[in-house]
Amino acid sequence: MTEKPLPHLPRILALAAKPLPLTPLTVMLTLLTRQLMQRHPGLQRRLGDHAQRRFLLDLTDMPFLLVLEPGGARPRVTAHSRRRLPRHDVRITGLTAAFLGMVHGSLDGDALFFSRDLVVEGDTGAAVALRNAIDDAELDLSAELAIIAKPLAPLLAHLLPATERITGLALHRMDRPEGAAL
Amino acid sequence: MELVCPAGTPAALRAAVEAGAHTVYCGFADETNARNFPGLNFDRAEMAEGIAFAHARRAKVLIAINTFPHAGAEPLWHRAIDDAAKCGADAVILADIGLLAYAAERHPDLRRHLSVQAAAANADVINFYAETFGVRRVVLPRVLTVDEIAAINREIDVETEVFVFGGLCVMAEGRCSLSSYATGKSPNMNGVCSPASHVSYAEEPGGLTARLGGYTIHRTAKDQPAPYPTLCKGCFVSGDQTGHVFEDPASLNATQLIPALARAGVTALKIEGRQRSRAYVAEVVRSFRATVEAFDAGRPMPEGALAKLSEGQAATTGAYAKTWR
Amino acid sequence: MTDLDLTVGPNPFFWDAATVRSFYQSLATAPVARVVIGELVCSKRLPFWQDEIAGAVETLLAAGKSVAITSLALVTLKRERKATAALSDIGLPVEVNDLTALHSLPAGQPFWVGPLINVYNEGTLRWLAKRGATRICLPPELPLDSIAVLARLGRELGVAVEVWGHGRLPLAISGRCYHARLHDHAKDSCQFVCGLDPDGRDVETLDGQKFLAVNGVQTLSQSTASMAWQVEALSDAGVTSLRLSPQSGDFAAICTSYADRIAGRITAMELASYLVGQVPGGQLSDGFVKGPFGAHWSAAPASQAMRPGL
Repeated sequence: MTEKPLPHLPRILALAAKPLPLTPLTVMLTLLTRQLMQRHPGLQRRLGDHAQRRFLLDLTDMPFLLVLEPGGARPRVTAHSRRRLPRHDVRITGLTAAFLGMVHGSLDGDALFFSRDLVVEGDTGAAVALRNAIDDAELDLSAELAIIAKPLAPLLAHLLPATERITGLALHRMDRPEGAAL
Repeated sequence: MELVCPAGTPAALRAAVEAGAHTVYCGFADETNARNFPGLNFDRAEMAEGIAFAHARRAKVLIAINTFPHAGAEPLWHRAIDDAAKCGADAVILADIGLLAYAAERHPDLRRHLSVQAAAANADVINFYAETFGVRRVVLPRVLTVDEIAAINREIDVETEVFVFGGLCVMAEGRCSLSSYATGKSPNMNGVCSPASHVSYAEEPGGLTARLGGYTIHRTAKDQPAPYPTLCKGCFVSGDQTGHVFEDPASLNATQLIPALARAGVTALKIEGRQRSRAYVAEVVRSFRATVEAFDAGRPMPEGALAKLSEGQAATTGAYAKTWR
Repeated sequence: MTDLDLTVGPNPFFWDAATVRSFYQSLATAPVARVVIGELVCSKRLPFWQDEIAGAVETLLAAGKSVAITSLALVTLKRERKATAALSDIGLPVEVNDLTALHSLPAGQPFWVGPLINVYNEGTLRWLAKRGATRICLPPELPLDSIAVLARLGRELGVAVEVWGHGRLPLAISGRCYHARLHDHAKDSCQFVCGLDPDGRDVETLDGQKFLAVNGVQTLSQSTASMAWQVEALSDAGVTSLRLSPQSGDFAAICTSYADRIAGRITAMELASYLVGQVPGGQLSDGFVKGPFGAHWSAAPASQAMRPGL
């Protein structure tokens, strides 16, 4: 864990993301989520009843809002315009870097929370369950993306590290103890 | 000295062992342990795998079964002890007299540690637990000074384990029902204190307001650290005083007291935080392992860089210094 | 089921010797079956009033009450250990409120167990009964379903099971003195500021919600727990006694009001509205027994197996 401030998404990238139509983004993220839930059954198990909640992920340096619905047979993530707040049970607010750092095991959720780099409103219990489920799953989004986009894997292998360098975001798992499952 | 490290998930257990934990403690995913938080803890298969992983790397695993069984529901707790023995746990950590008696009778070879939740705060009561239930190690409550710990160790034959880092109870552990007074859920009965299910935050004119069961616990201005609304660390009003009546939202860091604790006869150093992420566990364990090794080798101890991980980003040595009282 | 009788618990507060004297004198004629006396909260207070104990015990015994002597709630210091070990020589039953007292209690000597001992389940109750417990006041945090299970087992084993009936709830005990902290004193030079607040010092939330009260190293509820509405439910569950915890004001009259309620001379509603005027802060609670949380006041009788999750 580092003492330096969390990187903001560079404006140029945020701008690049802006005209991105929300539907393709929804499709892509839903695909990713379903793969995650399928490849990591521990997520569903640890979420328990909290899987039925609607998690509003407010990545403050992104031009859109995400709603994660991990429960049921058809988990999904939908992208929404910031103009109207979508229906949700719990809202988690923070920089993209904070979310990715937690997912990838480089940042501690409680520490982010104490420093107010992460704000939780609504069903706090659900947020805690999500945090714990994700922490145990030892996710690596780069590896997951590579599976989705198998034909593009060699390209991603070049592109993602470069993007990490430029943006300072953790796009892959930062800790990998021996014996850990991919 | 033995480093006893927290693991709320199998991933955290592996991270702790990789980072140099001599011993890891964890619990089953139900009301039998005092960190019964959403999404946390181990099912039976995960526990067996975790123990195998640790044992293969010569680390030990202790299973905390340290809540107080509900009347009419004891089998859940008894099964936890039976399964801990079956999984090959190196010890169980217990607080309830009934469970101690059960474990001593049914599993005499399973090592028994007395949980901090039993708040055994003097040599007489520790000797009582040792003589009556064959307890081999006592986790001391966080109400004692280093001198008192030294005095206790001179009068007992069992090992002592003390907390050196993490969350800090200001009340005698296992003897506090503040949480259930406000929420109906308590550490003793449900394994939770100030549970997330009863926490709410609201942005209000005075700042971010944290409530527990509807009771306002604190209100923090923008850009101030926002501690979790643990009841005993709240900001309250009494007469003309407004402030942290019980304890400031600081967390325990006794790194610098390790030499004194060693001289006081302490066997094991415990890190709190089964609810924290694997990232936190790895970093804290790595830092403490380096500190303990430096101490054992007679080298100066490295300055800990753990402040950012602490709640409210302030640290205290708690009751170990007499002035705390 | 037989009617409940009444036990007066140890006084948790720091009162001067004269107040203590008249308090126990007034209990001699109050309709209570037994009294627990002694210093529960802080060993530093004891020298100021311990000379009253012998006289009070004599008065109460002469009035036909049973009397027990309490242990401290949290024993840490050497002199506290010595005092605890000496309790069994006094010739009264010891009420154990810290298990330290069991270390020195001779096997076979009967004892009582106070509400600060964690008796949550059958295994613990069984073990204590075997060790010689004849009377157990359950921890105040227990719901009615747990109380019923334990009271039934108590009857089987010949252990009287008592429940917290009236008084600010003992929620926590600590090594740190909050009274001294509020006055910016260290515990060792506390100047006995807890003596300024005969019912503890009130603690409110930042939004003015009545919440807690500090009493030296002890933390109490600000509400006064009352089983006014739960007398029948507790009696049906097999509970034998209600514990009334001392407070300032006319405590003997409060004892009488509970006796009247048990005997059916007044209703739950009448008792509760009387108590509102008597208890410090005027706030009642019975949420630990009836749910959903300790501070809640039901103004209605509890029934068993109504609480989910147990």
